[in-house]
Amino acid sequence: MSINVERVWWKPVDKGEKIWIIIALMWAIFLFVMMPWWHYYGKQNPSSETYKVSPEKFQELTNRMIEQYKVGEDAGIPVVAPPPGSDVFLLARQFQWTPVLKFKKGETYRLHLSSMDVQHGFSLQPTNMNFMVLPGYDYVLTMTPTETGTFEVVCNEFCGIGHHAMVGKIIVE
Amino acid sequence: MSASNEAFRTCDVTGFRVHRPAEWLIRVNAVAAVVCVLIGGIYGLLVALTRWPAVHLLDAAWYYRALSGHGLNMLIFWIIFFEVAGLYFGSAVVLNSRIAAPKVGWLAFILMVAGALLVNVSILRGKADVLMTSYPPLKAEPMYYLGVILFAVGALLAVILFFATLVVAKREKTYQGSVPLFTFGLTAAAIIAIFTLAHGAAIYVPTFLWSIGLLPGIDPAIYRTVWWGLGHPSQQINVAAMISIWYLIGTLTVGSKPVNEKVCRGAFLLYILFINLASAHHLLVDPGVSSTWKVWNTSYAMYLAVVASMIHAYTVPAAIELAQRRKGYNKSLFEWLRKAPWGNPAVAGMALSVFVFGFLGGLTGPILGTEQVNIIAHNTYRITGHFHGTVVGGTTLAFMALSYYIVPLIFRRQIAFPKLANLQVWLFGLGVAGLSATMMLAGSYGVPRRHWDIAFSGAPFGVEVNPAAYMWLALMGISAIIAAIGGALYCLIAVVTVFFGKRMDSPKDLTYPVSAPAPDAGTGIAPSL
Ligand code: HEM
Ligand SMILES: [Cu+2]
Ligand SMILES: [Cu+2]
Repeated sequence: MSINVERVWWKPVDKGEKIWIIIALMWAIFLFVMMPWWHYYGKQNPSSETYKVSPEKFQELTNRMIEQYKVGEDAGIPVVAPPPGSDVFLLARQFQWTPVLKFKKGETYRLHLSSMDVQHGFSLQPTNMNFMVLPGYDYVLTMTPTETGTFEVVCNEFCGIGHHAMVGKIIVE
Repeated sequence: MSASNEAFRTCDVTGFRVHRPAEWLIRVNAVAAVVCVLIGGIYGLLVALTRWPAVHLLDAAWYYRALSGHGLNMLIFWIIFFEVAGLYFGSAVVLNSRIAAPKVGWLAFILMVAGALLVNVSILRGKADVLMTSYPPLKAEPMYYLGVILFAVGALLAVILFFATLVVAKREKTYQGSVPLFTFGLTAAAIIAIFTLAHGAAIYVPTFLWSIGLLPGIDPAIYRTVWWGLGHPSQQINVAAMISIWYLIGTLTVGSKPVNEKVCRGAFLLYILFINLASAHHLLVDPGVSSTWKVWNTSYAMYLAVVASMIHAYTVPAAIELAQRRKGYNKSLFEWLRKAPWGNPAVAGMALSVFVFGFLGGLTGPILGTEQVNIIAHNTYRITGHFHGTVVGGTTLAFMALSYYIVPLIFRRQIAFPKLANLQVWLFGLGVAGLSATMMLAGSYGVPRRHWDIAFSGAPFGVEVNPAAYMWLALMGISAIIAAIGGALYCLIAVVTVFFGKRMDSPKDLTYPVSAPAPDAGTGIAPSL
């Protein structure tokens, strides 16, 4: 088999291939349009509200909220019931979420996420919603709980050897 | 200056003029690849047996170390060593050319081996518990980043050597017309590799400087953006290489030729142009990136690359069907498929690779890359399931399948245990299909990836994980064992063949025959049914 390849670029495209390419292209264009459509007309987009924040500042904001609205303790972690509509802070650090949050069903909260040290993952279970938590960034999720119950916040970004024990809690009443 | 004649041998099977220095480079890179897949496979099995809750084999620290070792040895070292061997084969051997600068090839090889060693030692010492993504501010020892950089520089030199060899072949007129499709596809892969490696340098060099204290810090959001500029497009290198191999295996085993090469080549061009921005889908639930950026990159860039994949999904099987039909397998709709040479592990391996890549890996990719769906999938086991469909069931299996031709042709040995070779591709292919599917199913219950214990021992609060997830994780463990046996057989066959296989003296010693080109019916599509 010595190499002697004919020039390929001028050969007309076969009919079967043409049909397939058109189908593929139309499907792609359809989804290409659906992406912005889902974003602008749908109601379940990941948030894009972000601010820069230093760990010290975020710690301070969290502490202030805890002082104001603390209602108890659970497993040594403060439980906080912030008023509806308020700014709520959930602080991640190796290997703990602070504080435990108490929300009211049907009310809207602005949940701020940030980290004191490395990257963490906010994974709300069993609802299964997942967001990244980065140090230096304040990620704001505007959320309205629609179900009562106890929800766990699992860390799902590797953050060190104790990563698997990093579980927080959100209670909706 | 042309190389002296002893530097070449003529292959009695293919008629290629094989440049001996190129042949040696292919050999050493292939051997290094097999060593890495063996190490990575052992790690993979250990990791899988830890994630099977009833077994839970390793302790937490060693689970994360094994996971780092698995990701790096498999996704980076095995894949890239094999690709470098493939690049030398696709340039020097396929084009009958000398390799432009063998010394550069050896330098590249030494750098890559040194890099892989540093990384592995660093992980085993417990000084790089950062997983393969090494997201800052998690920090590894400097040696770890240095290892990655050395490996990448070596890989870059190898890619440059590939381009230089293309130039030499063109200038010395060792072939006529366009380069073959296989080489064209590899060229697409190599072009993507260049800008991928540029992203790699842009992120690993500052991170290395940070680890030795010369930089105060690395912004975690910028790191993620640039790192995925490396991490995602590099997967398109693997896809382009894999598809090139599919076409090559078709040619070798049934003598196929694409219906129209222009279409296949055009699809490769789409990869080069549109895959780079698709890295956005790793950042869909990150702070710091705007919605406009996400929407634009997931719709515009991703879908034109998807068109390319859809085109290959047609042209690859069409080429084989056409060749088979021209050989006379025209009865019924699927005689061409039934009468394919299934006893040849390259054929079975390729078919499984196409199937697992297409239906498990490929199909799920654009779904997970949708902004809204990503909220329920990010960092769950669904992601791990997706890419075990693409880069394991697809790319790795295609590489294994091609090995059954490359090893005899390049090492001049007969494949040891040919019967086992057939079993090998089926065990690996079906094992990985199971692995991929069960991971995705477990992930759909929110089971996180990269997580030592879904019983959450030591956590302040319990988490009730759906019992179905436990079942899928157990089935994942079983699939992993099957896949691991398939992988181990591959290593066994490769090592025994290379070091102890019977020497090949003439074309009839070839374990699996190279098919004559299927009869050419001129232009146009297959004969009527
Ligand atoms: C016998 C074959 C294999 C088995 C049983 C296997 C199994 C696994 C398992 C169980 C995980 C862990 C996921 C987790 O806990 O988060 C994993 C991760 C991974 N595997 Fe494999 N795998 C195999 C082959 C491969 C191959 C061939 C590649 C690449 C070419 C690969 C690439 C990866 C990567 C990149 C990760 C993610 C690592 C990370 O999250 O940092 N695997 N694999
Ligand atoms: Cu964490
Ligand atoms: Cu974590």
